[in-house]
Amino acid sequence: MIQPTHSSRRILLPVSGWFIHFTLVSALVLNLIPFGRLPGIPDWVALVLAFWCIHQPLKVGMGTAFFFGLVMDVANANIMGQHALAYVLLAFAAGGLSRRVLWFPLVQQALHVLPLLLGTQLVMLLIRMATGAEFPGILYFLSSFVAILIWHPVSLLLLLPQYRPVERDDNRPI
Amino acid sequence: MSAGGHIGHSPPPFFKRGPAPLAQLTLFVSFALLLLVADLRYGTLEPTRLMIATLLWPVQKAVLLPVEGANDAGSYFANLTSLQQENAELRKRQLAQANLLLRQAHLDNENLRLRALLEMQEKLDVPARAADILYAARDPFSRRIVVDRGSAHEVELGQAVIDDLGVIGQVTRVFPLTSEVTLLTDKNQAIPVQVGRNGLRAILAGAGSGTMELKFLPANADVQPGDTLVTSGLDGIYLPGLPVARVTSIDRNNSFSFARIECVPLAGVERHGQVLVLGKRRILPMPEEAEDAVKKPTMGRKARAAALKSH
Repeated sequence: MIQPTHSSRRILLPVSGWFIHFTLVSALVLNLIPFGRLPGIPDWVALVLAFWCIHQPLKVGMGTAFFFGLVMDVANANIMGQHALAYVLLAFAAGGLSRRVLWFPLVQQALHVLPLLLGTQLVMLLIRMATGAEFPGILYFLSSFVAILIWHPVSLLLLLPQYRPVERDDNRPI
Repeated sequence: MSAGGHIGHSPPPFFKRGPAPLAQLTLFVSFALLLLVADLRYGTLEPTRLMIATLLWPVQKAVLLPVEGANDAGSYFANLTSLQQENAELRKRQLAQANLLLRQAHLDNENLRLRALLEMQEKLDVPARAADILYAARDPFSRRIVVDRGSAHEVELGQAVIDDLGVIGQVTRVFPLTSEVTLLTDKNQAIPVQVGRNGLRAILAGAGSGTMELKFLPANADVQPGDTLVTSGLDGIYLPGLPVARVTSIDRNNSFSFARIECVPLAGVERHGQVLVLGKRRILPMPEEAEDAVKKPTMGRKARAAALKSH
């Protein structure tokens, strides 16, 4: 659970809950930047949420997803519950996949995350289409593809505080 | 401490995972669905939304700063010639409109007197309030913008919003310092209009992808491409005569009962800049009510009209 991937030899420090919440709030702030109708801007909260649900399924789960979904609904002026429902489903799927995904290298992890993010977008699309909104165009799904392109740097960045110093100490057991 | 005490300790949290994932999922999904229904059907969540939005406002303002800074930097480096060109253009436009503007007061007075003579209700002036567009809401499914005037500046729900070319939309949600304007091109937004050329009344609704559609007009209706649509004022929200859209194409297919008439907005609906939030239009009373109003101690419209006539 505390390795960048399960096949890696490197052992990570335990994560701090403070850092998890800091990154989620930062993602929320990034999501608040008004890009207007520019396609391909990743949903940062969904990305960071998927990351922590995969890496720390015991610490981040559907409750956190629901809370941040509600805040996103207000911030984006959506129907209340739209992001909340989509993020809860994302957290459920990511938590279920967490034991499998971490055995793969980062690029293949990204391919596992892609259907999760696309599914999140699809849930939101279905909710809005069912309530009579217009179809935003196929470019709407571009943001998930952009998000998995940056899965590699985002993973390394979010794991950064957990890395041990590289130099070896013979007196230390690990 | 005895050995029994050690045995009694709780195990390390390997197996503490809270409720089963499926149970959690059911709980949260049903809660989210409950919220969806409460918001869509009953609209009971507006106070909650207002509260969270007010708490979020400082963060949103802070996030907006770099965006505004980038825009300001861009306009700072706009070159001199383009500014001079714009200035010349504006002067030319002002001169062209001077004829109308200078006689406006005279025409208004004349109109008031004539209406008083004919015992018609006087036309109402509504106050207007300039507002800056802060950003377009980051919601790909609807077309909304957020402006920097809210309930603290006496913006109310349902007020019409215009720019220098025509109507752009309507205030649909008011926060203390900002308000949300749904643009005319939003699929759930409709506006009663009439064709400027012949006064034919119809309803204009957003059709998605930045266009609008004139609804429920028969296939043989007298509408031509290029016709200008203006507000009819029948809704009691928009003032009559504001330019709204131009007809671009008409598909008179006889297999459908209505013609398919596409329009484009005249105002810069999807562009950023300054807008004018018009004050709430007072609904004029029906003639019977006006009769009653005369009997009341406060001076009714008819009484005022009579007073004007006697001058």
